[in-house]
Amino acid sequence: MKSGSMAASGSKRSFIQFLRDGKTQRALTIVLFLLIPLVLLIGFTYLPFAEMVRFSFYNRDYLSEGTFVGLKNYVEVFSRTEIFGTLLVSLYYMGGAVVQLFLALFFASMMVFKAKGSAIYKACMFFPYLIGGIAVGFIFKFFYAHGYVLDTLLGLFGIALEDCPLWLQDTKINNIALVATSVWRYTGQNMVMFLGAMMSVDSDLYEAASLDGATRWQQFKYIILPSIKTIIVLNLILSFSGSLSAFEPPYVITNGMMGTGTYFVIMNRLAHENQKVGLACAMAVVLLGIIVLCTVAQNLFFDYVFKDTREEAAAKRAAKRQKRLAAAGK
Amino acid sequence: MGKMKEMTLGDILFNIVQYVMLIGGSIIALLPVCVCVFTAFKTNEEYQATSVLDLPESFGYVTNFIEAFNKANMLQGFLNTGLVLIVVLLLSVMFSSMTAYVLNRFTFPGNNLIRQLFMFASLIPGIATQVTVYQIMFNLGLINHLYGYVIVLCGTDIISIYIFLQFFENLPKSLDESAILDGCSYMGVFFKILFPLLKPAIVTSCVLKGVSIYNEYYMSNLYLQLPELKTISVALYVFTGPYGSQYNYICAGVLITILPILVLFLVCQKQIYGGMAAGAVKG
Repeated sequence: MKSGSMAASGSKRSFIQFLRDGKTQRALTIVLFLLIPLVLLIGFTYLPFAEMVRFSFYNRDYLSEGTFVGLKNYVEVFSRTEIFGTLLVSLYYMGGAVVQLFLALFFASMMVFKAKGSAIYKACMFFPYLIGGIAVGFIFKFFYAHGYVLDTLLGLFGIALEDCPLWLQDTKINNIALVATSVWRYTGQNMVMFLGAMMSVDSDLYEAASLDGATRWQQFKYIILPSIKTIIVLNLILSFSGSLSAFEPPYVITNGMMGTGTYFVIMNRLAHENQKVGLACAMAVVLLGIIVLCTVAQNLFFDYVFKDTREEAAAKRAAKRQKRLAAAGK
Repeated sequence: MGKMKEMTLGDILFNIVQYVMLIGGSIIALLPVCVCVFTAFKTNEEYQATSVLDLPESFGYVTNFIEAFNKANMLQGFLNTGLVLIVVLLLSVMFSSMTAYVLNRFTFPGNNLIRQLFMFASLIPGIATQVTVYQIMFNLGLINHLYGYVIVLCGTDIISIYIFLQFFENLPKSLDESAILDGCSYMGVFFKILFPLLKPAIVTSCVLKGVSIYNEYYMSNLYLQLPELKTISVALYVFTGPYGSQYNYICAGVLITILPILVLFLVCQKQIYGGMAAGAVKG
């Protein structure tokens, strides 16, 4: 009895010791802390992703297993006219992305040259980014409805109501109208990003430049532009895949009718309304392929740009730190 | 200001252009929302009779707001969204700070692989995989339960991990080391020493994640189909049907849903702007 409890407490102690041991603890912490996040990541991202790739080779709907059809779905992605048509729609979104970058760059530069009340302009232009998709949808349905906001505004400039097109129905103009809502929503957010990069430049530099008599154009060209060159190119590359995955404006405002269906809207419709799950999955895989290509291009560009600046920057930082230390020493 | 050089004609011209553009940009950004504000305060007769750009007779007419709030069952919507928000934010702060701690502080085989897994996951557009996520949710019996929606939202949480990873990189490792020398366990280091220091990152990630959950409607629409489970972003959908072009009600509904975001923005501007830089990683 006595010896038994001794033995038990002995093994207990060694188990506690085992727990207290640094290496075990370390392993335990790693496993416990990562367990749930990894289960969630695999369960809701990688498992569905694998299923998606598998489904893309089947002709199936939601419930039945369907039949294996090989690459037929992929052939259909590239040959179905309604899917090919979305590529043209994407061009509008790509154009919109370029306009948006340009506007964001313009407004951010205007704010870098000190203006009174910058914080207010910044807040006004940024706020649309925070409004939810459905609310934006209603705001612009109202804005574009015949005889409502936009038409009344144009009326102020002497354009008669009869001359105003049906902004959301007329196939000549409805995609532009939808892209404009997305430009409205995201320009401010891009601007804040650019502004962050521009402000990371030493503010002494602007002052020194203006004291040296540099014009605003020269300041823009030699100080502002270099500070955000990479972020602009990165955004341009992203806008390519972004324009293919444009979803919210047509989904919420026009439901993809009248030739406004983007790649994702058509994919969504094929999957949920027509139950062509296999085809929709093939579309998703193709899109993901394009996104991966864009990301690779982005990384290649990043490596190319930072090939030699990285060492330079490290050296500069070290020099700065020494200067600061020296200054603090005095 | 005093020591600045004299204003030249060019400077004055530039300033004029600058202010015209900045104020013009701000007006364009706010105009669509302002028109909604005007319209939401108009009575039915006023709405029919006046131009959309006219100010309402009084900003005291709130019948439209009450009507919209009741018709769209917004009380239920706010309760559901609030509940989901609290639970998801708590879980996501815990999980992503723990993940970031392990990935940043320990070198172990697989560390890089796990980072890459999270990185690649951020490239997959959420909508693309929803077709198959739906099947998994269906098989697990998670559809039409608020906790099912909570689990999906936690499963697609990548921005928060980035925010915490960046933050950990700037926390000196000497903090951990001295605590461990004092006999603190690894978990103790995280919960007692580091977690309290994460406050700025927690605020940033909660604000950004909070806004995105508040506005999320695609998954909410897909996984919460019972009327009593609708979140606030989906509740607005009611107005597509019978209210057709009664925009004075619709605008009131839209404004009710925007109001909490506006308050949050005014309070947490700094964190939101700061978070944009971290969010830029994801694009």
